[in-house]
Amino acid sequence: MAAVITERATVGLSRLPATAGNASLAGAVRSEFTKIRSVRSTWWTLIAMVVVMVGIGAIACAGAAHAAHNGHAISIDPAQQSLFGVILAQLIIAVLGALTITSEFGTGMIRTSLSTLPRRGTFVAAKAIVFAVVALVTSLVASFGAFFLGQALLSGAHLSTTLSQPNVLRAVIGAALYLTACGMLAFGLGLIIRHSAGAISAAVGVLFVLWVLYQMISSSLPISWQHDIGRWIPMNAGSGIWLTGRTDPHMFSPWIGLGVFAAYAAIAIAVGVTLFRRRNV
Amino acid sequence: MIEARGLTKRYGDTLAVDNLTFSIAPGKITGFLGPNGAGKTTTMRMILGLDQPTSGTVTINGEAFARTAQPMRQVGALLDAKALHGGRSAYNHLLCLAQSNNLPTARVQEALALVGLTDVAKKRAKGFSLGMGQRLGIAAALLGDPEILMFDEPVNGLDPEGILWIRNLMKALAAEGRTVFVSSHLMSEMENTADHLIVIGKGKLIANCTVDEFIASNSQLTVRVRTPHPDELARLVAARGGTVKDNGDGVMVVSGLAVSQVGDLAYDNSIRLHELAPVQASLEQAFMDLTASSVQFHAGVPGETGEPVLTGSGV
Repeated sequence: MAAVITERATVGLSRLPATAGNASLAGAVRSEFTKIRSVRSTWWTLIAMVVVMVGIGAIACAGAAHAAHNGHAISIDPAQQSLFGVILAQLIIAVLGALTITSEFGTGMIRTSLSTLPRRGTFVAAKAIVFAVVALVTSLVASFGAFFLGQALLSGAHLSTTLSQPNVLRAVIGAALYLTACGMLAFGLGLIIRHSAGAISAAVGVLFVLWVLYQMISSSLPISWQHDIGRWIPMNAGSGIWLTGRTDPHMFSPWIGLGVFAAYAAIAIAVGVTLFRRRNV
Repeated sequence: MIEARGLTKRYGDTLAVDNLTFSIAPGKITGFLGPNGAGKTTTMRMILGLDQPTSGTVTINGEAFARTAQPMRQVGALLDAKALHGGRSAYNHLLCLAQSNNLPTARVQEALALVGLTDVAKKRAKGFSLGMGQRLGIAAALLGDPEILMFDEPVNGLDPEGILWIRNLMKALAAEGRTVFVSSHLMSEMENTADHLIVIGKGKLIANCTVDEFIASNSQLTVRVRTPHPDELARLVAARGGTVKDNGDGVMVVSGLAVSQVGDLAYDNSIRLHELAPVQASLEQAFMDLTASSVQFHAGVPGETGEPVLTGSGV
């Protein structure tokens, strides 16, 4: 009998007070921050985004400065020139946005996550908040880094601008806001599609393929249709905020355009959340 | 207290769980038995709110799990040891779970020590063996000091040492007054562990009783007889309404008559007996008989006769 009693000894884990262990949004946000910082892919993706953003801006600005040195007449918008990396960086942040949610499904972690935090609304809100903050902070670093390095390279050819010039600060901060919104759009698509490859493809489709298709077919459309469709293409709408050199009067104004783009992201997230609350996982 | 009322889950044309009603009392180990594909995992997923029931309800202490304010205090579940991000370390995996429920972060080290994973706490979980993964899953389940523990086939693929460890852990958890709900497709696994059984087949409730009741009502007593005159005895047994199965080499198994009846019958007719013993079919056999009609995928293994395993001692 003694042996049986030893076997039935207490588990050895201290007991918690009855009031401990209340789930909350704040707790869920801390949890999601631990999740996003504790996998390597997050760090590689964020570093890649900063490198691409700063690197492409530097190449574009160095090229313009070099051409000016060689006596070519250069007509560039210096802020926009240093922010060209957005075109590629938007894809990298979209990958991270999609992975943030699809990796839960791909690894099966979602079942553990929802077995410990069954309030799905709280779970997905915390994930979205944490991703948005991480994406915005990193994008701001990338955007300001690209701007300052780019202007330093342009200053030798007297082509540089400063943040105090009209629209420049808007463009630098706006580029970061646009990148964050791209990530959120991919996050919403990830919530709908639940597979990494599918969600990333869908994000590329919305950001790039729609724009390419529009470029290909727009010339065969009546002019008024071209304008009506063109301004609604997601990348056209969202990019006005950092394309300080863009003069097309048929496009949305910078902030309205960013609002339209953010609305696309919001629709994707709203559809995703609606499905997520109902689906079996 | 887990309570299911008319719990039903349909996937397309398949009825995975069919109108299950049961309640699971605290302070006991309740075994959840059924062949593979019987609906055990689906039922557990519905308890946790991972699957929405097609109809019916399941509550934990009177409310749906999805609405509880203290999920990890209520239920610690290990449904699938692979349900984690392999790129995250054991420590960070448990940390993010503890944080979501505002549990003290000191619990993480405590739980890791309890399951013996302290040395690999900083290692990424993708390098873990099956047994280590299982231990990490149990650490996660215990983080919140939960009232109810739910394990889905916890010993699958574990070595004997691991199986013993989990068995003793479940007993200790129940002894602390917690509810332990554990599924298995092996009756033998439950024989020595569970107090109470819920048996399902093809999604339907087959039995809901104590282990002793299950044995008493489902394992048929037979009599093993060895005699140099099998034909004569077989005739007499048949005349009394018993049935005889001849195993060859002079051994026959009589069912429908008690040991004393068989012995008296032989004595009255002067039939020499070399062996007379009561045989209790194992619980495994009883379980297989009970669920035979409800097995989802019959393998049709040739030569599997369903022979009762001898558990009786000699006369």
